[in-house]
Amino acid sequence: MSRTEHIVEALGLVKRRGEFTLGPLDLRVPRGFVTGMVGANGSGKTTTLRTLLGLVRADAGSVAMPPMGAVGVAFDQPFVLPYWRVRDAAEVYAASRPGWDQDWFDRLCRRFRLRADERVKELSRGQGNKLMIALAMGNHPDLLILDEPTSGLDPAARADLVDLLREHMRREDASLLFSTHITGDLEHFADYLVFVDNGQVVYSGALDELVERFAYVKGAPEDLTAQNTPLIRGLRRGQASFDGIIRTADSAAFGPGVHLETPTVEQIVVHHERRNDEEH
Amino acid sequence: MRVIVSPTSGVPLYEQIVEQVRQQIMAGELAAGAALPSLRALAGELRVSLITTTRAYNDLAAEGLIVNVPGKGSFVAQLDPDEARRHSLERARAGLRQIVDRTRHTGLVSLAELTAMLAEEWER
Repeated sequence: MSRTEHIVEALGLVKRRGEFTLGPLDLRVPRGFVTGMVGANGSGKTTTLRTLLGLVRADAGSVAMPPMGAVGVAFDQPFVLPYWRVRDAAEVYAASRPGWDQDWFDRLCRRFRLRADERVKELSRGQGNKLMIALAMGNHPDLLILDEPTSGLDPAARADLVDLLREHMRREDASLLFSTHITGDLEHFADYLVFVDNGQVVYSGALDELVERFAYVKGAPEDLTAQNTPLIRGLRRGQASFDGIIRTADSAAFGPGVHLETPTVEQIVVHHERRNDEEH
Repeated sequence: MRVIVSPTSGVPLYEQIVEQVRQQIMAGELAAGAALPSLRALAGELRVSLITTTRAYNDLAAEGLIVNVPGKGSFVAQLDPDEARRHSLERARAGLRQIVDRTRHTGLVSLAELTAMLAEEWER
């Protein structure tokens, strides 16, 4: 069997939904690594994942994916039936997923404090998410695709979930693709990042390189010139200071009084999505 | 192997791992042939990304301190004795320099006293 370095590869993907058009975009998920997907609500993260999985039909483009039995999927909205109990959902999954490990699923439920006799409709949003994740992981899939797995979880539960995902990644060749709007989930966890904005991939690559490619810039208003102002993304200009994100390559356009620092993913995302003050 | 990383120290995480493993190999605490934790196990345990541990192990391998065997894992390499001695001397000098910097300017301790102290500590 030929093994490529990408476990998922989508080329020229397009999906139209009313006014919104996703793509055309190329997307590659490196095999054996953690890939995080970030972007504002409505930027196309969920549509991208659904299109990759073939849950909605793409209008154009091609997708290469492992066989669905080797892919575990959990979306924000549970697609198990509301009147099912946890154990009913597990039975349905066990019947359809090759390599289902009931013992492992039971352990995940204990870890998540999910009782086998609880009804799906009575679960909180966070507990519902956890059920979907336990179901997705129940057959030790090679690839996990999780849509906003940490939403609805309190900080302790979020940290525990990330630990669990790290355990999943201990297996050689395990891969993970997950979307999040909590950029803190990515820190020291995600190896690669896909940044989606308005249906387009803005950045796709190693997280370290993203942080090196941009700089967080702060300075006094008089440091701004007609030349350097257009280089700033998400410019926030006050009476005493300004800040924003620039490309590291543009650093020379700013005077010595301007402070440059390594940005966090959060700063890059926030400033990218914020329209400049002037555009309001 | 002991590794403790601090995300807030300002030193890149992979460098922190490289530095600590290097010290332990140079000091002989990790013997030649000893198996290191897998990249994935170490990343999970230290709560760092896989790219971080991969980069650390690649750097250690480039320095000749460890050997990465595809499909088997990573192992402590056979150290060149001259290289180990050179490193040991460097560390000793760095430590001594620190002591001199701290004491000479006070004018309270003489070189003779310091040398006597060193001999005492050596014999302990």
